[in-house]
Amino acid sequence: MNNDPLWAIFLNACLINNFVLAYFLGICPFLGVSGKVATATRMGGAVTFVMIVSSTCAYGINMLLIAIDAPFLKLISFIAVIASTVQLVEMFIKKVSPALFRALGIFLPLITTNCAILGLALFQTNKEYNFAQCLVYALGAGAGFTLALVLMAGLREKLGLASVPDVVKGAALTLVLAGLLSIVFMGFAGLGA
Amino acid sequence: MSMHDQPPSGTDEFIKGIWKENPVFVQALGMCPVLAVTNTAMNAIAMGLATMFVLVMSNITVSTLRRVIPRQVRIATYILIIATFVTIVEYVIQAISLDLHKALGAFISLIVVNCLILGRAEAFASKNTVVRSALDGLGSGIGFVFALFCLGAVREIFGAGELFGVELFHDGFQDWVVMVLPSGGFFTLAAWLLVFNALRQRREAAQAREVAI
Repeated sequence: MNNDPLWAIFLNACLINNFVLAYFLGICPFLGVSGKVATATRMGGAVTFVMIVSSTCAYGINMLLIAIDAPFLKLISFIAVIASTVQLVEMFIKKVSPALFRALGIFLPLITTNCAILGLALFQTNKEYNFAQCLVYALGAGAGFTLALVLMAGLREKLGLASVPDVVKGAALTLVLAGLLSIVFMGFAGLGA
Repeated sequence: MSMHDQPPSGTDEFIKGIWKENPVFVQALGMCPVLAVTNTAMNAIAMGLATMFVLVMSNITVSTLRRVIPRQVRIATYILIIATFVTIVEYVIQAISLDLHKALGAFISLIVVNCLILGRAEAFASKNTVVRSALDGLGSGIGFVFALFCLGAVREIFGAGELFGVELFHDGFQDWVVMVLPSGGFFTLAAWLLVFNALRQRREAAQAREVAI
């Protein structure tokens, strides 16, 4: 059992050990969808939502696997359940709110292969969080992911106006920016207990 | 993918993944482990070899079963195949070295969601024979190990002043702590991408000149 208070878990997942900038999880969407602030915000929302759903599922599966004493099935069942949950969520949103579906549409299937989702499920199991802690952890991780994505998109929008040499254009420049952002986030390290 | 008049030989499938279509430097696939576990050259190579094993085995399995797997559920099937081999690798690493297992942590499990492996299964192994798929996996895998080693070596040399634990500099050397930290991973990868971009631009410029003449 883990006795971390809920606010500490949230701060830890969101700022101190930011999933993107400290753990390098979800780098693909971070580099791919951070061109515009509006898109980045939507992607962040979609990821946060899927994180909360899959975190709940992963908690249940882990309970079940402990009960039947089969920890070696953890990885296989996590990834299978996350992939099918994303599909279910996609269908559900399509039925209930077509407007929201259009807004998230393209991003939902991509989220399945986002390592931040699986990483979250594995970390919460390793840390032995209880149900409330899991939910707060998922919320914090989602908020941290959105924050990093939106900050990055803002920087890249400004950068679009600057003139840079051809060699540096594209991924290289984005990575240097991400490195600087990562140094900034290290400033939060002192907040940790 | 190069589709010339005659089909590329097995050797071509093997070599292309190492340099011309290097998974990391050219295709920018599988970035998460590339950045996360390359703080020392040793970790980088171990992670690369683990990924290579999963890549080769899943390519072989997918290629063997390619006529049996229904099209509609192929991605889910591939993911389950990959997850099986990743579980094997995780237990093997834990058996060989507990320190290594601790250093790589959750990133061994996260090989499952490495887009490189799913990408090769979908783009290559599902359409080609077993031998070619194995060679393709081996080539891409070696390219991946090479890329991870490039990053790990640079970060270890500057961040700790050593390579594979051997001291390289005089006592006066001040470690560049930033290189071992997460931000160092971003900077090192950016620097390598710059090198590869510059090389590619020079090659393209040379080709353009040849055409002009």
